[in-house]
Amino acid sequence: MADLHFLANPARYRRFSQRVVPSLSIATALMLAVGLYLALIQSPPDYQQGDTVRIMFVHVPSAWIAMAGYGLLAALGASLLVWRHPLAALMARAAAPVGAGFCAVCLLTGSLWGRPMWGAYWVWDARLTSMLLLFFLYLGHIALNRAYDEPERGDRAAAILVLIGVINLPIIKFSVDWWNTLHQPASVARLGGPSIHPSILLPLLWMVATLFLLFVLLVLLRTDTEIDRRRLENAEPQA
Amino acid sequence: MSGFAALVARDLRLVWRRPGDVAVVLAFFVVATTLFPLGIGPEANVLARIAAGVLWCAALFAALLSLDRLFAADFEDGTLDLLLLAPWPLELAALAKCCAHWIVTGMPLAALAPILGVAFGLDPSVLLALSVTLLVGTPTLSLIGGLAAALTLGARKSGALLALLALPLCVPTLIFGAGAVEALATGGDFGAHLAVLAALALVALATMPWAIAAALRQAGE
Repeated sequence: MADLHFLANPARYRRFSQRVVPSLSIATALMLAVGLYLALIQSPPDYQQGDTVRIMFVHVPSAWIAMAGYGLLAALGASLLVWRHPLAALMARAAAPVGAGFCAVCLLTGSLWGRPMWGAYWVWDARLTSMLLLFFLYLGHIALNRAYDEPERGDRAAAILVLIGVINLPIIKFSVDWWNTLHQPASVARLGGPSIHPSILLPLLWMVATLFLLFVLLVLLRTDTEIDRRRLENAEPQA
Repeated sequence: MSGFAALVARDLRLVWRRPGDVAVVLAFFVVATTLFPLGIGPEANVLARIAAGVLWCAALFAALLSLDRLFAADFEDGTLDLLLLAPWPLELAALAKCCAHWIVTGMPLAALAPILGVAFGLDPSVLLALSVTLLVGTPTLSLIGGLAAALTLGARKSGALLALLALPLCVPTLIFGAGAVEALATGGDFGAHLAVLAALALVALATMPWAIAAALRQAGE
């Protein structure tokens, strides 16, 4: 964390992002092309699920990124409240919709996957439900961030909210698991068991890395936009 | 500690002089609960099955409904500025406000719920349990809602925003509150549910006053 402090200055961050973004964009595009080939063409269809298993290559990385994104928001919130880093607020403002977007992608692909596999677009499975609640936490963060006329108040309020949210997230996860065992047993095949074959695992890990790069790229780009927007808001109106 | 008692007493006195505010919340609770049989149909076994969940959800909404004024009046008339300047911890003031909110909403809701439970055809042995779960669970709702109220002070559209912030955080309390009643009705472990419910209240008690105070400080800046 301490090594990242040099980025706290928006002007220095701007120089950093201008160097990183072009090469990162190219890398992401190349990796995405390779990843889509691996996931959609090269990897074998599942012996039970057929081609629908390919949804997983977007679904699982999105879920991981959505969770990591909330962790990033919490880290940014802490650094805003503790060190008052101006950039942390702008980056949180930029990252929240991206994280919420990945969360929505995870829910949508999960729903499309669930229709052929479980025969329903939505089941009240524990993991689906906790993902939905994570999405609501994202929405609350975004809404609170934008609810004030002075943007700095929204930044700090959202930072407090995300810190409480990150403490509560394990509690919510645990209680939803508990609630679900009351009603129905979990029916999702678990990742990480010995059942997953390397021919599917490798493209999956590749897509995880690719979509993580995409997340980082989008956050960096949007942070640049937020810096510009804040400068515009603070600029003296021209007579 | 005398400041804490004084602040609770002040809030209770304010409510006592305008009892309509609390009455509206309780009336909402009754009316909202009454809508469920009208929407779902009068079959007794269905209603008895969903009663705990319906009453808990309605209590959650009623508690939230009353929260958007928790700090707003103090924010507008300058009391909050005095609390911020006062030489005793703001955390204690936040706790006192939530405590007063629980006394005027959580406790009446817990008292009212068994009466509505009778109308839903709940077993008499379950009615007391329903009341107990609400007594143990509503402090958490007051504390979480207090944080949402403090965070949305001075925000646009604060009422709906408050609900959006507080509801996901209230999910564990809802699950274990309604789950405890259902556990008793179906022969499950009521005590375990109640213990988790109490644990949630203690976690909220240990974290929320600090978060509320932080939110109030940044609102007062």
